[in-house]
Amino acid sequence: MANLKELSRKPERFTGGHRACAGCSAPIVARMLMMAADEPLVVGCATGCLEVTSTLFPYTSWNTPFIHSAFENSAATISGVEAAYQSLKRQGKYDKEVRFVAFGGDGGTYDIGLQSLSGAMERGHRMLYICYNNEAYMNTGVQRSGATMFGAETTTTPVGRKGYGKKQFEKDLTAILVAHGIPYVAQGSPSFWNDLITKMQKALATDGPSFINVLAPCRLGWAFPPEETIELGRLAVNTCAWPLYEVVNGEYKITYKPREKMPVEAYLKKQTKYRHLFRPGNEWMLPEFQKHVDEKWERLLTLAGEPIPAKEPVATG
Amino acid sequence: MSEAKIKDKAAKGPEAAQEIAALTGNEAVAMAMKQINPDVVAAYPITPATEIVQIFSNYVADGLVDTEYVAVESEHSAMSACIGASAAGARVMTGTSAQGLALMWEMLYIAAGLRLPIVLADVNRALSAPINIHCDHSDTMGARDSGWIQIFSEDAQEAYDNTIQAIRIAEHPDILLPAMVTMDGFIISHGMEVVKVLPDDTVRQFVGTYNPKVKLLDVDTPRTFGPLDFTDFYFEHRRQLAEPIAKAKEVILEIGKEYGKISGRTYGLYEGYKLDDAEYVIVLLGSTAGTAKTVVDDLREAGVKAGLLKIRVFRPFPYDEMAALLAGRKAVGVMDRSDGLAGLGGPLFGELRSALYESKNRPPMKDYVYGLGGRDCGPALIRQVFDELQEIGKTGEVKERFTYLGVRE
Ligand SMILES: Cc1ncc(C[n+]2csc(CCOP(=O)(O)OP(=O)(O)O)c2C)c(N)n1
Repeated sequence: MANLKELSRKPERFTGGHRACAGCSAPIVARMLMMAADEPLVVGCATGCLEVTSTLFPYTSWNTPFIHSAFENSAATISGVEAAYQSLKRQGKYDKEVRFVAFGGDGGTYDIGLQSLSGAMERGHRMLYICYNNEAYMNTGVQRSGATMFGAETTTTPVGRKGYGKKQFEKDLTAILVAHGIPYVAQGSPSFWNDLITKMQKALATDGPSFINVLAPCRLGWAFPPEETIELGRLAVNTCAWPLYEVVNGEYKITYKPREKMPVEAYLKKQTKYRHLFRPGNEWMLPEFQKHVDEKWERLLTLAGEPIPAKEPVATG
Repeated sequence: MSEAKIKDKAAKGPEAAQEIAALTGNEAVAMAMKQINPDVVAAYPITPATEIVQIFSNYVADGLVDTEYVAVESEHSAMSACIGASAAGARVMTGTSAQGLALMWEMLYIAAGLRLPIVLADVNRALSAPINIHCDHSDTMGARDSGWIQIFSEDAQEAYDNTIQAIRIAEHPDILLPAMVTMDGFIISHGMEVVKVLPDDTVRQFVGTYNPKVKLLDVDTPRTFGPLDFTDFYFEHRRQLAEPIAKAKEVILEIGKEYGKISGRTYGLYEGYKLDDAEYVIVLLGSTAGTAKTVVDDLREAGVKAGLLKIRVFRPFPYDEMAALLAGRKAVGVMDRSDGLAGLGGPLFGELRSALYESKNRPPMKDYVYGLGGRDCGPALIRQVFDELQEIGKTGEVKERFTYLGVRE
């Protein structure tokens, strides 16, 4: 368990002054990582919001060695860094203990970078890969990604006379990572700082590849007031649209269970990308969304060996 | 490798210590890599380069090198991992060919832009479509503006020698650019030849240790690699890449000479064969030089002043040297083993015409695109080029600026 007092005394290794939007959660995640780590870190990042807003030459927010090379290869790039580390250490040319972290947005992780991520995980590099998942390609102007949830309006899944937002449900990337058989996989949220930092610490302590999928609310693409970032993350978790869990050596554990599972509507209503769900003619969408969330949550409960609560009749009217 | 070089009397000393081995080009490059003993190799197999990394992974398995071998899932990741490893501070090598190099394309620019001295063996192969595994130079040519140094080899010996020199060239403090050493697919990569191999110690001493000044693993001095540049800095940073390119020729010559001292084989930017008094000159790259030399010999015996100019370093291109060497010839035939599809022949032709633009004594010049997809180019075809050059020499007139040699029209 992370201790807030101790964390607050740590030197800032992800500094302020970056150009992320007010209310962006990606820098919060980066900062939490820096707090979580005791060893020196070498960090890599895919092209995307986090990288372009934190490394605007001649400035940098990374008070730790950092590398960005391209969009789809954060994991492959860090594979190389880690390989160099192993080689130099083995040869007695380097003696420090260092940890390696690769960041990618959902686009750079779920879609274009999936291959290089999969390869790096399969090869067993000791690295923590963090997907800051804001559910779209935000850097290029809010286009849909494999992580975009059902019904969401993006610039490539527009709402129109026929279009009703994204037609497909999101890809379950966390499950794909679990299927890699790597020792540590988790889902986190910056709204649950203790849960997330503890997961980061566990991941960094893992002798092998680890992966954390972090839901990172984007105030621009999701369109909510900047001060509500943390609130949005909380709603995602409490509606079970984004459950918090970890899979340690294949064992599922739900790390936070909402006292009362809220209807997903409470979460969707806060974001303008779902506003059409509440318009006449689209009444079918919300139950569809809710059904998907319920099914996924129940599957997760089963995997974690937890009882599935009896279904309550859905209130209509 | 010309006869003259092997028989070089002055080279007796260093030559004596070398072992004579029968090696394919791939084996020769893998051997050079073993002797260099890089810290990291990240690679993905592709015909005809597969053997290089396969043989090398055996060296790793047998503990003959200290290398961390990363068997990545694609060439894009191979180059990405090389970039990460090189930025970390390691000496890094890889090998590929054709589609593999094409898949690396995005990362080639990044390797150069970040000034990472990665050395890559490119076994020249045609690009799809249609898919073809045999030799032409389209792959290397596709990467010619990426900021990589490009060195072509005529045979397995040169592939071996060039690989060793490339490490020094790339890592030279004034250069710090990635370098690719190429050899013709199958013709060199799979052809067995006599190769003189230097003792391990000699190679190790020659390449020395790599101690980069700036590296990611220097955790006490954190640095950001690959930041975002806007209009205020990008141009200046790209402009800075021109400095090592301008310096490279000098460094390549220096290292070529130094290499001559340990091996008896001195290297320059190009090799002239019976060039001094030649009136009809063919200019080309790679293995066809060997065939062309025999044709030149035959023509010389018949009293024709034929000569060959083999370009070794394609990037940076030796423009001034080419201009000085080719001005005043009766006719020059350029042989391009890739088609520029630019409407005016291949890339080598473009470079040479550009090199000669200011020459007062500009020779008539014609391009011959040949050998695509491994199409054989024997002495008869080269003879055909020389015959045509003599025709052009008589009239001074070039009817067609470029043509395809050895193709069914
Ligand atoms: C090969 C390639 N294709 C496309 C792009 C353009 N591009 C840059 S960032 C980006 C989207 C990034 O989205 P994501 O990974 O979700 O991160 P975010 O911007 O949301 O932080 C795209 C499409 C690119 N840089 N490289």
